[in-house]
Amino acid sequence: MTMALPTSPGNGRGRPLKRFQWLVEPYLYLSPAIILIALVILVPLVVGVSYAFQAIDLLNPFETGWVGFANFEKLWADRLFWKALTNTFWWTLGSLFFQFFLGLGLALLLNKPFAGRGLVQGLVFLPWAVPAFLSGLNWAWLFNPIIGPIPHWLAALGIMEKPQNILANPELALWGPIVANVWFGIPFFAITLLAALQSIPRDLYEAAAIDGASVWQSFIKITVPFLAPTIAITVMLRTIWIANFADLIYIMTGGGPANSTNIISSYIFTTAFRRLDFAYASTLAIALLVLLLAYAMLILQMRKHLVKGI
Amino acid sequence: MQKTAFPIGAVLRYFAIALYVLFALFPIYWLVKIAVTPDRLIYTEGTQIWPSNFTLDNFVSVLFLTDFLVYFKNSMIVSLGTAFFTTLVATAAGYAFSRFHFRGKTIIIALMLITQMFPLLMIIAPIYKIMAGLRLLDSLTGLIIVYTAFNVPFATFLMQGFFDGIPKDLEEAAMIDGCTRFEALRKVIFPLTLPGLAATLGFIFTAAWSELLFALMLINSDAKMTFPVGLKTFVSKFAVDWGQMMAAGTLALIPSCLFFILIQRFLVKGLTAGAVKG
Repeated sequence: MTMALPTSPGNGRGRPLKRFQWLVEPYLYLSPAIILIALVILVPLVVGVSYAFQAIDLLNPFETGWVGFANFEKLWADRLFWKALTNTFWWTLGSLFFQFFLGLGLALLLNKPFAGRGLVQGLVFLPWAVPAFLSGLNWAWLFNPIIGPIPHWLAALGIMEKPQNILANPELALWGPIVANVWFGIPFFAITLLAALQSIPRDLYEAAAIDGASVWQSFIKITVPFLAPTIAITVMLRTIWIANFADLIYIMTGGGPANSTNIISSYIFTTAFRRLDFAYASTLAIALLVLLLAYAMLILQMRKHLVKGI
Repeated sequence: MQKTAFPIGAVLRYFAIALYVLFALFPIYWLVKIAVTPDRLIYTEGTQIWPSNFTLDNFVSVLFLTDFLVYFKNSMIVSLGTAFFTTLVATAAGYAFSRFHFRGKTIIIALMLITQMFPLLMIIAPIYKIMAGLRLLDSLTGLIIVYTAFNVPFATFLMQGFFDGIPKDLEEAAMIDGCTRFEALRKVIFPLTLPGLAATLGFIFTAAWSELLFALMLINSDAKMTFPVGLKTFVSKFAVDWGQMMAAGTLALIPSCLFFILIQRFLVKGLTAGAVKG
């Protein structure tokens, strides 16, 4: 691929200045973004990655230096890491599943006009604007049987024997942050999927109806394929964000009880700030990064097929 | 499509919509409820839906007895600054992605994706060192620079989507008429992307408004604290001043909500455009 494309303006006229401009121009537009990202993210990222191959433990300041893959061997043998990995999986899957399907449901509901639609749109999108710190504290309050209503409702409905705090129960604790995260994240999927829904040509549905297709059939044959590319990209972005999103967990449970809600990114947080072991925190982060990269590549490949299929 | 709305279907629809609205609003209602409950009733009437007594004391003391207004002002500066600069930088980058083919494009896009994939914690120590070297610790400018860098990748994908949606012929026609590319961008393309710009501005504003980690790490003087850090000061080691914190939280939701409602119409179009093409 050469940089001079046939469509480039001024190319045919052969004026060297114009041609030079054409070559340089995209980098001019990109340079602020590149410089900023390189300086503030990529350079620190390289430094951060290098920590994983060193011993940097602020509690043992004299035992520093390069240690090769020792941190990764430690990671392999670390039972907490595997536990956190399993938790990360369930946290991400649970949050994503409900955010996605509830978001899709909301988008389908909002796709048809009804009285008061604008107001409803404004209201249901509000949770996305609440800072995670505040919503974490608020949900922790709601789940607390002494001062919050949810355990009492669950008990009244017979789901719970007596009002208990699910955040204190290792079997159920992860559901607390997941509920908070679902609450927070539904608007994202609702917004993106609603917009995609509105761009589907109406006449396709009419044609399908004339051919005798049921509502379910036209949903599967028209709606789903049209949404597929958007779904692939939003699911990918959200998965990455959720897997990295430790705020709610850190505030609501701090990873407890008994590490039952510790995901990798909250484990990184405690490793760095409680145990001050930045080298191992970096090692954990690299493990997460590699997993997410593999996942993103898989999704992008799938998306390519989906887009081709339409 | 569905046979002409029979009442049961319509009733079910409204019921489902009402459930969504209830689920979205109840926690926000709870926040406000705690804020207007007198301190002595906060725990005793904790599980009650409606407090037996109502007070605005928490709001008054937050506004006049704490540094809340300073935090609020700092957050305003940082969020508006971040929204402005991010949108500027991301617009230029998104334009380049949308209109040019050039060497290294795939690599740059891949690097931008990677910036989303690791916990920020991993690089907070190196960033701290860099900012210290640039003498930008404990400064709102430093915070704006860091926020801008972290928001540029997503904003770029968003803006690229918008530019992709605008036909190339428009600016090519302008350039044939003697405009330079930049003039064409400014006079022809810019007005067309206004909705996209609004969406990006709003999105980045809310993100910067609620960011806690960097603000906590890079700012240490009271005079420079942003709102989420200030909110944390209501949580001491021994107790949480719930009433005041929730009052501050409620007040802080206002600009976010206003911004959100303002950009509502544009946001819908913006996100998908970015998501589909990104």
